[in-house]
Amino acid sequence: MLGYTITQWLFGILSFLAIMFGLLVVFSRNPVSSVLYLVLTFFCIAGHYLLMNAQFLAIVHVVVYAGAIMVLFLFIIMLMNLNEDSEPQKTWLTKIIAAVAGGMMLFVLVGSLKGSEQLSLSVSGSPQIGLVKNLGQVLFKDFLFPFEIASILLLAALVGAILIGKKEAKS
Amino acid sequence: MISFIIYKFIVCVVVFGLSLGVAAYATLWERKFAAFLQDRVGPDKAGWHGILQPLADGGKMFFKEEIIPNVSNRFLFILGPSLFMMTALMTGSVIPWGADFTMDGKVYSAQITDINIGVLYLFGVVSVGVYGIMIGGWASNNKFALLGAIRASSQMISYEIAMGISVIALVITSGGTLSLREIVGQQDAGVANIVWQPLGFLIFFVCALAETNRAPFDLPECESELVGGYHTEYSSMKLGLFLFAEYINMFISSAIMSSFYFGGFNFPFAAELYSAMGLEAGSFWITLIGFGALFTKIFMFICVFMWVRWTLPRFRYDQLMNLGWKILIPLSLLNLAITVVVEFFRGNLHF
Repeated sequence: MLGYTITQWLFGILSFLAIMFGLLVVFSRNPVSSVLYLVLTFFCIAGHYLLMNAQFLAIVHVVVYAGAIMVLFLFIIMLMNLNEDSEPQKTWLTKIIAAVAGGMMLFVLVGSLKGSEQLSLSVSGSPQIGLVKNLGQVLFKDFLFPFEIASILLLAALVGAILIGKKEAKS
Repeated sequence: MISFIIYKFIVCVVVFGLSLGVAAYATLWERKFAAFLQDRVGPDKAGWHGILQPLADGGKMFFKEEIIPNVSNRFLFILGPSLFMMTALMTGSVIPWGADFTMDGKVYSAQITDINIGVLYLFGVVSVGVYGIMIGGWASNNKFALLGAIRASSQMISYEIAMGISVIALVITSGGTLSLREIVGQQDAGVANIVWQPLGFLIFFVCALAETNRAPFDLPECESELVGGYHTEYSSMKLGLFLFAEYINMFISSAIMSSFYFGGFNFPFAAELYSAMGLEAGSFWITLIGFGALFTKIFMFICVFMWVRWTLPRFRYDQLMNLGWKILIPLSLLNLAITVVVEFFRGNLHF
Protein backbone atom coordinates (compact mmCIF):
# COMPACT_ATOMS: atom_id res chain seq x y z
CA MET A 1 0.00 0.00 0.00
CA LEU A 2 1.93 3.03 -1.32
CA GLY A 3 5.15 1.50 -0.05
CA TYR A 4 4.22 1.66 3.62
CA THR A 5 3.79 -1.26 6.02
CA ILE A 6 0.63 -1.74 8.07
CA THR A 7 2.47 -0.52 11.19
CA GLN A 8 3.40 2.70 9.42
CA TRP A 9 -0.19 3.19 8.25
CA LEU A 10 -1.46 2.62 11.80
CA PHE A 11 1.13 5.00 13.17
CA GLY A 12 0.12 7.67 10.68
CA ILE A 13 -3.60 7.28 11.31
CA LEU A 14 -3.19 7.21 15.09
CA SER A 15 -0.91 10.26 15.05
CA PHE A 16 -3.34 12.17 12.85
CA LEU A 17 -6.25 11.29 15.15
CA ALA A 18 -4.28 12.10 18.30
CA ILE A 19 -3.31 15.53 17.00
CA MET A 20 -6.81 16.20 15.66
CA PHE A 21 -8.47 15.32 18.96
CA GLY A 22 -5.78 17.29 20.79
CA LEU A 23 -6.64 20.38 18.76
CA LEU A 24 -10.35 19.77 19.32
CA VAL A 25 -9.72 19.73 23.10
CA VAL A 26 -8.42 23.27 22.83
CA PHE A 27 -10.88 24.61 20.28
CA SER A 28 -14.18 23.11 21.40
CA ARG A 29 -16.49 25.59 23.11
CA ASN A 30 -18.00 23.21 25.62
CA PRO A 31 -15.78 22.02 28.50
CA VAL A 32 -17.51 18.63 28.58
CA SER A 33 -16.71 18.00 24.91
CA SER A 34 -13.13 19.09 25.62
CA VAL A 35 -12.83 16.39 28.25
CA LEU A 36 -14.37 13.78 25.94
CA TYR A 37 -11.93 14.72 23.16
CA LEU A 38 -9.08 14.40 25.66
CA VAL A 39 -10.27 10.88 26.46
CA LEU A 40 -10.18 10.06 22.74
CA THR A 41 -6.65 11.48 22.57
CA PHE A 42 -5.64 9.15 25.39
CA PHE A 43 -7.04 6.21 23.46
CA CYS A 44 -4.95 7.17 20.43
CA ILE A 45 -1.85 7.38 22.63
CA ALA A 46 -2.67 3.95 24.08
CA GLY A 47 -2.73 2.72 20.48
CA HIS A 48 0.76 4.14 20.00
CA TYR A 49 1.95 2.19 23.06
CA LEU A 50 0.51 -0.98 21.54
CA LEU A 51 2.45 -0.29 18.33
CA MET A 52 5.62 -0.11 20.44
CA ASN A 53 4.86 -3.53 22.02
CA ALA A 54 4.06 -1.97 25.39
CA GLN A 55 0.78 -3.81 26.04
CA PHE A 56 0.85 -3.32 29.79
CA LEU A 57 1.52 0.40 29.51
CA ALA A 58 -1.27 0.76 26.95
CA ILE A 59 -3.92 -0.90 29.07
CA VAL A 60 -2.81 0.84 32.27
CA HIS A 61 -2.93 4.12 30.38
CA VAL A 62 -6.57 3.40 29.50
CA VAL A 63 -7.47 2.22 33.02
CA VAL A 64 -5.78 5.05 34.89
CA TYR A 65 -6.08 8.06 32.59
CA ALA A 66 -9.21 7.39 30.53
CA GLY A 67 -10.96 5.31 33.15
CA ALA A 68 -10.24 7.11 36.40
CA ILE A 69 -8.63 10.54 36.08
CA MET A 70 -10.75 11.77 33.17
CA VAL A 71 -13.90 10.48 34.86
CA LEU A 72 -13.05 12.69 37.83
CA PHE A 73 -12.42 15.63 35.48
CA LEU A 74 -15.76 15.05 33.81
CA PHE A 75 -17.37 14.68 37.21
CA ILE A 76 -16.16 18.09 38.41
CA ILE A 77 -17.01 19.86 35.17
CA MET A 78 -20.49 18.39 35.13
CA LEU A 79 -21.07 19.38 38.75
CA MET A 80 -19.90 22.96 38.18
CA ASN A 81 -22.00 23.12 35.02
CA LEU A 82 -19.53 25.36 33.19
CA ASN A 83 -20.66 26.98 29.98
CA GLU A 84 -20.03 30.09 27.95
CA ASP A 85 -22.57 32.26 29.76
CA SER A 86 -21.50 31.52 33.32
CA GLU A 87 -17.78 31.70 32.68
CA PRO A 88 -16.22 35.13 33.21
CA GLN A 89 -14.57 36.61 30.10
CA LYS A 90 -10.80 36.73 30.24
CA THR A 91 -9.14 40.11 29.85
CA TRP A 92 -6.79 40.84 26.95
CA LEU A 93 -3.82 40.86 29.31
CA THR A 94 -4.52 37.29 30.48
CA LYS A 95 -4.94 36.14 26.90
CA ILE A 96 -1.63 37.67 25.82
CA ILE A 97 0.22 36.23 28.82
CA ALA A 98 -1.29 32.80 28.16
CA ALA A 99 -0.31 32.99 24.48
CA VAL A 100 3.27 33.99 25.31
CA ALA A 101 3.61 31.28 27.97
CA GLY A 102 2.21 28.67 25.59
CA GLY A 103 4.56 29.84 22.83
CA MET A 104 7.55 29.53 25.15
CA MET A 105 6.48 26.02 26.07
CA LEU A 106 6.23 25.09 22.39
CA PHE A 107 9.67 26.64 21.83
CA VAL A 108 11.17 24.54 24.63
CA LEU A 109 9.51 21.35 23.33
CA VAL A 110 10.65 21.92 19.75
CA GLY A 111 14.14 22.79 20.98
CA SER A 112 14.39 19.65 23.05
CA LEU A 113 13.12 17.49 20.17
CA LYS A 114 15.58 19.03 17.75
CA GLY A 115 18.54 17.20 19.20
CA SER A 116 16.68 13.91 19.30
CA GLU A 117 17.85 12.64 15.90
CA GLN A 118 21.36 12.32 17.31
CA LEU A 119 20.13 10.06 20.11
CA SER A 120 20.73 6.39 19.52
CA LEU A 121 17.68 4.48 20.67
CA SER A 122 18.11 0.85 21.47
CA VAL A 123 14.92 -0.53 20.00
CA SER A 124 14.59 -4.24 20.45
CA GLY A 125 12.05 -5.69 18.10
CA SER A 126 10.99 -8.36 20.56
CA PRO A 127 7.21 -8.34 21.13
CA GLN A 128 7.85 -9.75 24.62
CA ILE A 129 9.45 -6.53 25.86
CA GLY A 130 6.26 -4.94 27.17
CA LEU A 131 4.84 -7.95 28.99
CA VAL A 132 3.99 -7.58 32.66
CA LYS A 133 6.58 -10.14 33.69
CA ASN A 134 9.48 -8.39 31.94
CA LEU A 135 8.33 -4.96 33.06
CA GLY A 136 8.13 -6.18 36.66
CA GLN A 137 11.63 -7.64 36.43
CA VAL A 138 13.00 -4.33 35.18
CA LEU A 139 11.10 -2.23 37.71
CA PHE A 140 11.88 -4.32 40.77
CA LYS A 141 15.46 -5.34 39.90
CA ASP A 142 17.18 -2.70 37.78
CA PHE A 143 15.20 0.38 38.76
CA LEU A 144 14.03 -0.48 42.26
CA PHE A 145 15.30 2.70 43.90
CA PRO A 146 13.75 5.22 41.48
CA PHE A 147 10.55 3.20 41.56
CA GLU A 148 10.34 3.34 45.34
CA ILE A 149 11.15 7.06 45.34
CA ALA A 150 8.32 7.66 42.88
CA SER A 151 5.97 5.63 45.11
CA ILE A 152 6.91 7.70 48.15
CA LEU A 153 6.33 10.88 46.15
CA LEU A 154 2.86 9.65 45.23
CA LEU A 155 2.14 8.70 48.83
CA ALA A 156 3.20 12.17 49.99
CA ALA A 157 0.92 13.74 47.38
CA LEU A 158 -1.92 11.52 48.57
CA VAL A 159 -1.45 12.55 52.21
CA GLY A 160 -1.21 16.19 51.14
CA ALA A 161 -4.46 15.97 49.19
CA ILE A 162 -6.26 14.45 52.17
CA LEU A 163 -4.88 17.17 54.46
CA ILE A 164 -6.09 19.93 52.14
CA GLY A 165 -9.47 18.25 51.89
CA LYS A 166 -9.77 17.89 55.67
CA LYS A 167 -8.81 21.47 56.51
CA GLU A 168 -12.25 22.99 56.18
CA ALA A 169 -14.04 20.36 58.19
CA LYS A 170 -11.91 21.06 61.27
CA SER A 171 -12.42 24.84 61.51
CA MET B 1 -5.80 -17.79 7.54
CA ILE B 2 -9.23 -17.34 5.95
CA SER B 3 -10.64 -20.33 7.86
CA PHE B 4 -9.20 -18.85 11.06
CA ILE B 5 -10.96 -15.55 10.44
CA ILE B 6 -14.23 -17.30 9.60
CA TYR B 7 -13.97 -19.42 12.76
CA LYS B 8 -13.27 -16.37 14.95
CA PHE B 9 -16.16 -14.54 13.31
CA ILE B 10 -18.47 -17.45 14.17
CA VAL B 11 -17.25 -17.44 17.79
CA CYS B 12 -17.84 -13.67 18.00
CA VAL B 13 -21.38 -14.04 16.68
CA VAL B 14 -22.10 -16.92 19.05
CA VAL B 15 -20.81 -15.00 22.11
CA PHE B 16 -22.74 -11.91 21.00
CA GLY B 17 -25.95 -13.88 20.55
CA LEU B 18 -25.37 -15.75 23.78
CA SER B 19 -24.92 -12.54 25.77
CA LEU B 20 -28.07 -11.02 24.32
CA GLY B 21 -30.10 -14.21 24.66
CA VAL B 22 -29.07 -14.86 28.24
CA ALA B 23 -29.70 -11.22 29.14
CA ALA B 24 -33.18 -11.35 27.58
CA TYR B 25 -34.14 -14.47 29.48
CA ALA B 26 -32.51 -13.15 32.66
CA THR B 27 -35.13 -10.37 32.65
CA LEU B 28 -37.90 -13.01 32.59
CA TRP B 29 -36.10 -15.12 35.17
CA GLU B 30 -35.71 -12.11 37.43
CA ARG B 31 -39.46 -11.47 37.33
CA LYS B 32 -40.20 -15.14 37.93
CA PHE B 33 -37.69 -15.25 40.77
CA ALA B 34 -39.12 -12.12 42.37
CA ALA B 35 -42.59 -13.61 42.05
CA PHE B 36 -41.39 -16.81 43.72
CA LEU B 37 -39.80 -14.89 46.60
CA GLN B 38 -42.90 -12.74 47.05
CA ASP B 39 -45.31 -15.65 46.72
CA ARG B 40 -46.81 -14.48 43.41
CA VAL B 41 -47.14 -16.12 40.00
CA GLY B 42 -45.24 -13.59 37.90
CA PRO B 43 -45.67 -13.06 34.16
CA ASP B 44 -47.50 -16.07 32.70
CA LYS B 45 -49.64 -14.73 29.84
CA ALA B 46 -47.17 -14.59 26.94
CA GLY B 47 -46.65 -18.19 25.88
CA TRP B 48 -46.19 -21.20 28.12
CA HIS B 49 -45.43 -19.88 31.65
CA GLY B 50 -44.57 -16.51 30.09
CA ILE B 51 -41.75 -17.93 27.97
CA LEU B 52 -42.31 -15.31 25.24
CA GLN B 53 -42.35 -12.38 27.67
CA PRO B 54 -38.83 -11.08 26.71
CA LEU B 55 -39.93 -10.90 23.05
CA ALA B 56 -43.06 -8.99 24.05
CA ASP B 57 -40.99 -6.61 26.20
CA GLY B 58 -38.50 -6.05 23.40
CA GLY B 59 -41.25 -5.44 20.88
CA LYS B 60 -42.89 -2.95 23.21
CA MET B 61 -39.60 -1.11 23.67
CA PHE B 62 -39.12 -0.79 19.90
CA PHE B 63 -42.61 0.53 19.22
CA LYS B 64 -42.65 3.12 22.01
CA GLU B 65 -42.39 6.78 21.03
CA GLU B 66 -38.83 8.01 21.02
CA ILE B 67 -38.36 11.29 22.87
CA ILE B 68 -35.15 13.31 22.75
CA PRO B 69 -35.26 16.38 24.99
CA ASN B 70 -35.03 19.60 22.99
CA VAL B 71 -32.33 21.25 25.08
CA SER B 72 -30.08 18.25 25.35
CA ASN B 73 -27.00 17.49 23.31
CA ARG B 74 -28.48 15.18 20.67
CA PHE B 75 -25.29 13.37 19.70
CA LEU B 76 -24.16 12.68 23.28
CA PHE B 77 -27.70 11.70 24.25
CA ILE B 78 -27.62 8.89 21.70
CA LEU B 79 -23.96 8.06 22.38
CA GLY B 80 -24.59 7.38 26.11
CA PRO B 81 -26.66 4.17 25.93
CA SER B 82 -24.76 2.95 22.85
CA LEU B 83 -21.44 3.24 24.68
CA PHE B 84 -22.84 1.52 27.76
CA MET B 85 -24.13 -1.38 25.68
CA MET B 86 -20.90 -1.61 23.67
CA THR B 87 -18.66 -1.86 26.73
CA ALA B 88 -21.02 -4.41 28.30
CA LEU B 89 -20.68 -6.63 25.22
CA MET B 90 -16.91 -6.13 24.86
CA THR B 91 -16.07 -7.85 28.15
CA GLY B 92 -17.24 -11.23 26.86
CA SER B 93 -14.35 -11.48 24.42
CA VAL B 94 -11.66 -12.69 26.84
CA ILE B 95 -13.72 -15.28 28.72
CA PRO B 96 -12.81 -18.90 27.92
CA TRP B 97 -16.14 -20.63 27.30
CA GLY B 98 -14.80 -24.15 27.02
CA ALA B 99 -11.74 -26.36 26.52
CA ASP B 100 -9.89 -26.38 23.19
CA PHE B 101 -11.11 -28.93 20.65
CA THR B 102 -9.44 -30.52 17.65
CA MET B 103 -11.12 -30.94 14.30
CA ASP B 104 -9.34 -32.29 11.20
CA GLY B 105 -6.02 -31.97 13.01
CA LYS B 106 -6.49 -28.29 13.82
CA VAL B 107 -6.88 -26.93 17.33
CA TYR B 108 -9.73 -24.49 17.89
CA SER B 109 -10.22 -22.55 21.11
CA ALA B 110 -13.68 -21.71 22.43
CA GLN B 111 -12.70 -18.14 23.24
CA ILE B 112 -12.66 -15.03 21.09
CA THR B 113 -9.14 -14.01 22.05
CA ASP B 114 -6.67 -15.05 24.72
CA ILE B 115 -4.63 -11.90 25.31
CA ASN B 116 -1.84 -12.04 27.85
CA ILE B 117 -3.26 -9.03 29.69
CA GLY B 118 -6.83 -10.37 29.81
CA VAL B 119 -7.50 -9.39 33.43
CA LEU B 120 -6.28 -5.85 32.80
CA TYR B 121 -8.33 -5.70 29.59
CA LEU B 122 -11.43 -6.47 31.67
CA PHE B 123 -10.58 -3.62 34.01
CA GLY B 124 -9.97 -1.26 31.12
CA VAL B 125 -13.35 -2.01 29.57
CA VAL B 126 -15.18 -1.79 32.90
CA SER B 127 -13.58 1.56 33.71
CA VAL B 128 -14.53 2.94 30.29
CA GLY B 129 -18.08 1.65 30.76
CA VAL B 130 -18.83 4.40 33.24
CA TYR B 131 -18.68 6.98 30.42
CA GLY B 132 -21.92 5.63 28.97
CA ILE B 133 -23.82 6.46 32.14
CA MET B 134 -22.05 9.79 32.67
CA ILE B 135 -22.53 11.03 29.11
CA GLY B 136 -26.14 9.87 29.05
CA GLY B 137 -26.93 11.46 32.40
CA TRP B 138 -25.30 14.76 31.52
CA ALA B 139 -26.70 15.01 28.01
CA SER B 140 -30.24 14.56 29.36
CA ASN B 141 -29.96 18.09 30.80
CA ASN B 142 -31.93 17.01 33.84
CA LYS B 143 -30.81 17.42 37.44
CA PHE B 144 -32.06 14.00 38.50
CA ALA B 145 -30.27 12.33 35.62
CA LEU B 146 -27.06 14.24 36.40
CA LEU B 147 -27.22 13.25 40.07
CA GLY B 148 -27.80 9.63 39.08
CA ALA B 149 -24.86 9.72 36.69
CA ILE B 150 -22.58 11.23 39.32
CA ARG B 151 -23.65 8.64 41.85
CA ALA B 152 -23.03 5.86 39.36
CA SER B 153 -19.57 7.06 38.42
CA SER B 154 -18.35 7.73 41.97
CA GLN B 155 -19.67 4.35 43.05
CA MET B 156 -17.99 2.56 40.18
CA ILE B 157 -14.64 4.29 40.70
CA SER B 158 -14.70 3.56 44.44
CA TYR B 159 -15.49 -0.13 44.11
CA GLU B 160 -13.07 -0.65 41.24
CA ILE B 161 -10.17 -0.14 43.68
CA ALA B 162 -11.19 -2.88 46.10
CA MET B 163 -12.01 -5.13 43.14
CA GLY B 164 -8.59 -4.49 41.61
CA ILE B 165 -6.74 -5.32 44.82
CA SER B 166 -8.72 -8.53 45.34
CA VAL B 167 -7.89 -9.53 41.75
CA ILE B 168 -4.17 -8.86 42.37
CA ALA B 169 -4.36 -11.42 45.19
CA LEU B 170 -6.05 -13.85 42.81
CA VAL B 171 -3.34 -13.31 40.20
CA ILE B 172 -0.67 -14.11 42.82
CA THR B 173 -2.51 -17.34 43.68
CA SER B 174 -2.63 -18.34 40.01
CA GLY B 175 1.10 -17.93 39.58
CA GLY B 176 1.26 -14.40 38.23
CA THR B 177 -0.57 -14.89 34.96
CA LEU B 178 -2.98 -12.27 33.63
CA SER B 179 -4.49 -14.50 30.96
CA LEU B 180 -7.96 -15.78 31.82
CA ARG B 181 -7.31 -18.96 29.92
CA GLU B 182 -4.30 -19.78 32.13
CA ILE B 183 -6.15 -18.80 35.31
CA VAL B 184 -8.90 -21.28 34.41
CA GLY B 185 -6.34 -23.86 33.26
CA GLN B 186 -4.58 -23.73 36.65
CA GLN B 187 -7.76 -24.92 38.37
CA ASP B 188 -7.95 -27.89 36.01
CA ALA B 189 -6.28 -30.61 38.05
CA GLY B 190 -6.04 -29.01 41.48
CA VAL B 191 -8.63 -27.21 43.53
CA ALA B 192 -10.60 -24.12 42.54
CA ASN B 193 -9.23 -20.73 43.55
CA ILE B 194 -12.08 -20.18 46.02
CA VAL B 195 -10.26 -22.47 48.46
CA TRP B 196 -7.26 -20.12 48.54
CA GLN B 197 -9.21 -16.89 48.12
CA PRO B 198 -12.43 -17.04 50.18
CA LEU B 199 -12.14 -13.44 51.40
CA GLY B 200 -11.01 -12.26 48.00
CA PHE B 201 -14.06 -13.84 46.41
CA LEU B 202 -16.39 -12.17 48.92
CA ILE B 203 -14.85 -8.76 48.19
CA PHE B 204 -15.00 -9.40 44.45
CA PHE B 205 -18.65 -10.42 44.68
CA VAL B 206 -19.68 -7.32 46.65
CA CYS B 207 -17.77 -5.12 44.20
CA ALA B 208 -19.39 -6.90 41.26
CA LEU B 209 -22.81 -6.08 42.72
CA ALA B 210 -21.77 -2.42 42.97
CA GLU B 211 -20.17 -2.32 39.50
CA THR B 212 -23.28 -3.69 37.83
CA ASN B 213 -25.47 -1.20 39.75
CA ARG B 214 -27.52 -4.03 41.16
CA ALA B 215 -29.43 -3.86 44.43
CA PRO B 216 -28.48 -3.16 47.19
CA PHE B 217 -26.14 -0.78 45.35
CA ASP B 218 -28.67 0.53 42.81
CA LEU B 219 -28.55 4.10 44.09
CA PRO B 220 -27.90 5.59 40.62
CA GLU B 221 -31.44 4.64 39.64
CA CYS B 222 -32.97 5.04 43.07
CA GLU B 223 -36.59 5.83 42.16
CA SER B 224 -37.59 7.09 45.60
CA GLU B 225 -35.06 9.95 45.39
CA LEU B 226 -34.13 10.46 41.75
CA VAL B 227 -37.25 9.58 39.69
CA GLY B 228 -35.36 7.20 37.37
CA GLY B 229 -31.76 8.19 37.97
CA TYR B 230 -29.48 8.54 34.95
CA HIS B 231 -32.10 7.22 32.52
CA THR B 232 -34.93 9.54 33.62
CA GLU B 233 -35.16 11.25 30.21
CA TYR B 234 -34.71 8.12 28.13
CA SER B 235 -37.53 6.35 26.38
CA SER B 236 -38.05 3.60 23.84
CA MET B 237 -35.12 1.34 22.96
CA LYS B 238 -32.49 3.73 24.32
CA LEU B 239 -33.95 3.09 27.77
CA GLY B 240 -34.05 -0.56 26.79
CA LEU B 241 -30.32 -0.52 26.03
CA PHE B 242 -29.54 0.89 29.48
CA LEU B 243 -31.70 -1.69 31.24
CA PHE B 244 -30.56 -4.52 29.01
CA ALA B 245 -26.86 -3.74 29.43
CA GLU B 246 -27.30 -4.20 33.18
CA TYR B 247 -28.36 -7.80 32.57
CA ILE B 248 -25.45 -8.37 30.19
CA ASN B 249 -23.10 -6.98 32.84
CA MET B 250 -24.63 -9.36 35.35
CA PHE B 251 -24.15 -12.31 32.99
CA ILE B 252 -20.54 -11.39 32.20
CA SER B 253 -19.60 -10.74 35.82
CA SER B 254 -21.11 -14.13 36.75
CA ALA B 255 -18.97 -15.69 34.02
CA ILE B 256 -15.88 -13.87 35.33
CA MET B 257 -16.51 -14.98 38.91
CA SER B 258 -17.01 -18.57 37.77
CA SER B 259 -13.76 -18.44 35.79
CA PHE B 260 -11.71 -16.65 38.46
CA TYR B 261 -12.82 -18.48 41.58
CA PHE B 262 -14.79 -21.58 40.63
CA GLY B 263 -12.71 -23.17 37.91
CA GLY B 264 -14.61 -21.94 34.85
CA PHE B 265 -15.37 -24.85 32.58
CA ASN B 266 -13.63 -27.35 34.88
CA PHE B 267 -15.59 -29.41 37.36
CA PRO B 268 -14.70 -32.10 39.93
CA PHE B 269 -13.94 -35.58 38.55
CA ALA B 270 -14.08 -34.28 34.97
CA ALA B 271 -11.22 -36.54 33.83
CA GLU B 272 -12.91 -39.63 35.33
CA LEU B 273 -16.19 -38.72 33.62
CA TYR B 274 -14.53 -38.25 30.24
CA SER B 275 -12.63 -41.54 30.44
CA ALA B 276 -15.81 -43.33 31.54
CA MET B 277 -17.59 -41.87 28.53
CA GLY B 278 -14.70 -42.87 26.28
CA LEU B 279 -13.95 -39.32 25.10
CA GLU B 280 -10.37 -38.56 24.15
CA ALA B 281 -8.72 -35.19 24.70
CA GLY B 282 -9.63 -32.59 22.09
CA SER B 283 -13.10 -33.96 21.46
CA PHE B 284 -15.81 -31.42 20.74
CA TRP B 285 -18.04 -33.09 23.34
CA ILE B 286 -15.56 -32.19 26.10
CA THR B 287 -15.85 -28.56 25.07
CA LEU B 288 -19.63 -28.80 25.14
CA ILE B 289 -19.74 -30.52 28.55
CA GLY B 290 -17.29 -27.93 29.95
CA PHE B 291 -19.46 -25.19 28.51
CA GLY B 292 -22.44 -26.75 30.27
CA ALA B 293 -20.52 -26.80 33.57
CA LEU B 294 -19.55 -23.14 33.17
CA PHE B 295 -23.13 -22.28 32.33
CA THR B 296 -24.45 -24.03 35.42
CA LYS B 297 -22.12 -21.93 37.54
CA ILE B 298 -23.17 -18.75 35.73
CA PHE B 299 -26.81 -19.62 36.28
CA MET B 300 -26.18 -20.13 40.01
CA PHE B 301 -24.48 -16.74 40.23
CA ILE B 302 -27.31 -15.00 38.37
CA CYS B 303 -29.73 -16.56 40.86
CA VAL B 304 -27.63 -15.27 43.77
CA PHE B 305 -27.63 -11.79 42.21
CA MET B 306 -31.43 -11.89 42.07
CA TRP B 307 -31.77 -13.41 45.50
CA VAL B 308 -29.68 -10.53 46.92
CA ARG B 309 -31.80 -7.98 45.06
CA TRP B 310 -35.07 -9.21 46.49
CA THR B 311 -33.70 -9.75 50.00
CA LEU B 312 -31.62 -6.71 50.95
CA PRO B 313 -32.88 -3.13 51.12
CA ARG B 314 -30.99 -0.35 49.40
CA PHE B 315 -28.02 1.28 51.13
CA ARG B 316 -27.91 4.95 52.04
CA TYR B 317 -25.31 6.77 49.96
CA ASP B 318 -22.90 7.50 52.82
CA GLN B 319 -23.15 3.88 53.96
CA LEU B 320 -22.25 2.82 50.44
CA MET B 321 -19.16 5.04 50.38
CA ASN B 322 -18.12 3.95 53.88
CA LEU B 323 -18.42 0.31 52.90
CA GLY B 324 -16.34 0.88 49.78
CA TRP B 325 -13.54 2.99 51.20
CA LYS B 326 -13.34 2.12 54.89
CA ILE B 327 -14.19 -1.57 54.90
CA LEU B 328 -13.62 -3.17 51.51
CA ILE B 329 -10.31 -1.49 50.63
CA PRO B 330 -8.61 -2.28 53.98
CA LEU B 331 -10.06 -5.81 53.83
CA SER B 332 -8.73 -6.35 50.32
CA LEU B 333 -5.29 -5.08 51.38
CA LEU B 334 -5.37 -7.50 54.30
CA ASN B 335 -6.37 -10.26 51.90
CA LEU B 336 -3.44 -9.36 49.67
CA ALA B 337 -1.01 -9.51 52.60
CA ILE B 338 -2.39 -12.88 53.77
CA THR B 339 -2.22 -14.21 50.22
CA VAL B 340 1.43 -13.27 49.85
CA VAL B 341 2.31 -15.00 53.15
CA VAL B 342 0.30 -18.12 52.28
CA GLU B 343 1.74 -18.34 48.78
CA PHE B 344 5.24 -17.89 50.17
CA PHE B 345 4.80 -20.90 52.43
CA ARG B 346 3.19 -22.90 49.62
CA GLY B 347 6.37 -22.21 47.68
CA ASN B 348 4.70 -20.44 44.77
CA LEU B 349 6.65 -17.22 45.15
CA HIS B 350 10.22 -16.94 43.94
CA PHE B 351 12.60 -14.17 44.82
